[in-house]
Amino acid sequence: MHLILRHETSYAYDAPARSVIQLLRLTPRPHEGQHIRRWRIEVDRDATLRPHEDCFGNLVHAFGAEGSFQTLTIAVEGEVQTEDTNGVLRGTIERLPLGLYLRQTDLTTPDEAICAFAMEVTKAKTTLDGLHALTVAIHERLRFDTQATDATTTAQRAFAEGHGVCQDFAHIFIAAARSLKIPARYVGGYMRHADGTEDYEAGHGWAEAHVPDLGWVAFDPANAACANDAYLRVACGLDYLDASPVRGVRTGGLGETLDVRISMREAGAQQ
Amino acid sequence: MGTTSFDEMNGHDGDCRQAYAELQAWLEETPKELLEQRRVEAEALFRRIGITFAVYGAENAEERLIPFDLVPRVLTAGEWKRLFDGLVQRVQAINALIVDLYGDAEILKAGLIPEEMIYANPAFRPEMVGIDIPQAVPVVIAGIDIVRTGPDEFFVLEDNARTPSGVSYMLDNREVSHLLFPDLIARHRIRPVESYADELLAVLESLAPRNARDKPTIAVLTPGSFNSAFYEHSFLADKLGVELVEGRDLFVRDDELFMRTTEGPKRVDVLYRRVDDDFLDPLTFRPDSMLGVPGLFSCYRSGSLTLANAVGTGIADDKAIYSYMPDIVRFYTGEDPILGNVPTWRCREPAALSHVLENLADLVVKEVHGSGGYGMLVGPAASKKERATFAAKLKADPDNFIAQPTLALSTCPTFVDGGIAPRHVDLRPFVLTGADGTRIVPGGLTRVALREGSLVVNSSQGGGTKDTWVLED
Repeated sequence: MHLILRHETSYAYDAPARSVIQLLRLTPRPHEGQHIRRWRIEVDRDATLRPHEDCFGNLVHAFGAEGSFQTLTIAVEGEVQTEDTNGVLRGTIERLPLGLYLRQTDLTTPDEAICAFAMEVTKAKTTLDGLHALTVAIHERLRFDTQATDATTTAQRAFAEGHGVCQDFAHIFIAAARSLKIPARYVGGYMRHADGTEDYEAGHGWAEAHVPDLGWVAFDPANAACANDAYLRVACGLDYLDASPVRGVRTGGLGETLDVRISMREAGAQQ
Repeated sequence: MGTTSFDEMNGHDGDCRQAYAELQAWLEETPKELLEQRRVEAEALFRRIGITFAVYGAENAEERLIPFDLVPRVLTAGEWKRLFDGLVQRVQAINALIVDLYGDAEILKAGLIPEEMIYANPAFRPEMVGIDIPQAVPVVIAGIDIVRTGPDEFFVLEDNARTPSGVSYMLDNREVSHLLFPDLIARHRIRPVESYADELLAVLESLAPRNARDKPTIAVLTPGSFNSAFYEHSFLADKLGVELVEGRDLFVRDDELFMRTTEGPKRVDVLYRRVDDDFLDPLTFRPDSMLGVPGLFSCYRSGSLTLANAVGTGIADDKAIYSYMPDIVRFYTGEDPILGNVPTWRCREPAALSHVLENLADLVVKEVHGSGGYGMLVGPAASKKERATFAAKLKADPDNFIAQPTLALSTCPTFVDGGIAPRHVDLRPFVLTGADGTRIVPGGLTRVALREGSLVVNSSQGGGTKDTWVLED
C-alpha cells in the first residue's frame, strides 16, 4: 500500500512559553514490509533537529527552542510503501538482546488477574496460536473507550476496569506475553482504517511479540488482528513511554492546549 | 570464620595486638570522665558542622546525628596493602563488567552469569547500550563494604557502584579526632585522608570530555536539601571548590549542559551527580521527575558531558550479581580475587532456597536490590514469628533474595555507657577511578553497631561511625 501521511501536533499556550525541549519519535525506519519513500519533520521555531538512534533502534530527533511563543507546531509529512507480511517483521534494527523484552515496566507489570488470563487463554496452544488467541481475547474482553484512560494508565488498571484505548490493549497484551516468558514490546505508529477514513485524531499503538522461528510478529489487540499493510510502524520500546511520539518539557506556557491532526490516505485514491 | 568474634584490639585470645598497643595504653590511662567529656565535645562539634542524617521511616523524621565513637579503629600498613590491592582489582573488574554489559556482553556469551539476571534487572538501563562511556570508567566513585572475621580474613560484603555516600564522615571524623585527641594522634604515624577532595577532583577532571576547555567545569548535582545525604553533597562541593547545583539550576541547549551563574550560562563538563538514574532526565527516564534536567541524557550520549557515576552502574550493586563477583574478577583481570566474597545462597536456585528456608535461624537474608539495611532478616536475632513472616515473603518471590551466613564480624573497642566494650564493625573505603587508574585514600568509613551483640552497622539502623587509622609502615 502506498500511504501518504500528514501529522500535525500543535500546542497553544495562554501564557507564552519561554523555552521548550523535546524528543520526537516521529520518523519511521524501514524494514522489509515498509519502504520509506519520503519523510520530513518541521518545527515552526528557529531550532535545529538533532537526530540520534536510541537503544530500541528508533530514530529520535531532539530540539530545543527559546524565546517567547504562543504556539508551537510540529509537522510530519511523508510517503511510505507498505506490504502485508501477515505481521511478520524482517529487517528491523535490533540493538538489544531479546531477554530485555521480558522485562516488565511500571505500565505493564501484570497482576494475578492478567497472569491467570494469559495462562487460561493460551493453554495447550503453540506460542503463535497462543498469541493470536490472546489478541482476540483482549479485544473481546475490553471495551474501546477514548475517555476512560490516559497515557499513565497501567495494564492492571485498564484490565480491571475493562476498557481503554489501543495503548491500554497493547499494554495488557505485552504484560500477558511477558508473564508467559514471551519477549514483547510496544509499537507506536499509524493505522489506516479499512473504510478509507482519511482524518484521525490520534496515532495507533499495538504490540510485537517474538515467536521462535518467525522472529518479531505484530499483533493488534485493539483490532483483533495482526498488523498488515495498513499499518505504518514508527517507534518501539518496552512500553508507550519509550515509543511516545513526543516527550517534552517546557518552561512558561501555562494553559497549554494540544491539537493533533492526522491524515492518512492511499496514493492514487480519490481525494 | 570462627564462632567467636575476632577483636581488632585483643585478637581471639585477649592479648593486645601490636597496632593497638598505644591506643590501649591511652585508654587505660585516660579517666572515663574525660572520655565522656570528649564525647560531649565531639557531639557539639558535629552539631556545629551540621553533619546530620535523615532516617527514612523514623517516627520523628527530623535529622539526627550519627553517633561518633571516640575510639579510633587502627589498621596496619600490611593490612591496608592487601585491602588496597584487592579493592583496586575488584573495582577495575566492576568497571570492566559494566562497560562489557552495555557493550558486547562477552561475559554473558561466556555463560558466566545467566542473561535474565542482567536483562530483567531494573538496575540494567537499556538506554546505556551502545553508548561510549568516557575513558571506559563508568564507576568513578565506588564504596566497597568490607567485613573482617580474623587477623587476615577480610571479605567484601557489598559493592556500592551507584552513588555511595559516607565519605564526609571519613573526613569529618578525622578532623574531630585531631581537635579532641592531638596527644593520641601524636603517638601514632597515621596516613592522612585529607587529600580525598584533591584526588576526587583530579579523577573527575581526568574524565572530562575531549572538547572541554583546559580547565573543565565540574558541578555536584543534589536532589536538594530534603535528601538524607544533602549535608554530604554540600560538603563535597565545598571541598572540591565547585558549584552545588539542583536540577533547576541547569539547562540543556543543543546537547550541552549549562548552569545558570551570575555571569551568564556556563557549560558543565563533568557532573558528579547524587541523583538516582530514574530521576536524572524526565525526557529519557521517569517523566514525572522534577529533580533532574530535561535533555541531560542527550548530553551524555553525545559525549559533551561526563557523568560520575554513569547511568546504569547499579547493576553491580545487585546482591545476586555480587554472588558472581569472584568469577567476574577472574574473567576480566585473569587473576584470582585478592578479596573474597561472603558465601552467598541465591534463593532463585531451588536447592539454595530450600537450604535457606531450613536454616533461616542461622542466616542473614537480604533483598537483591535492597540497601541501607532495609528489608533484611537477621535470622539469629529474629523472633520465630518474624522468621515465619519472612519465610512467606521469601517463598513468594525467591528471585528477590539472597542469604548469607551470620558472620562473626570483628569487634573494635568502643566507648559505650559502661566504659570501653567491644562492638561489631565494618569498613567502607572509597575507591576512585580516573583516566589514569584507580586510587584510594588510606582509610574509609568504619561503621559500628552500637547495640551490644548487634551485627547491623547501618546508620539507618542505629549504627555509629569511627575514625579509621591506617598506620605508616
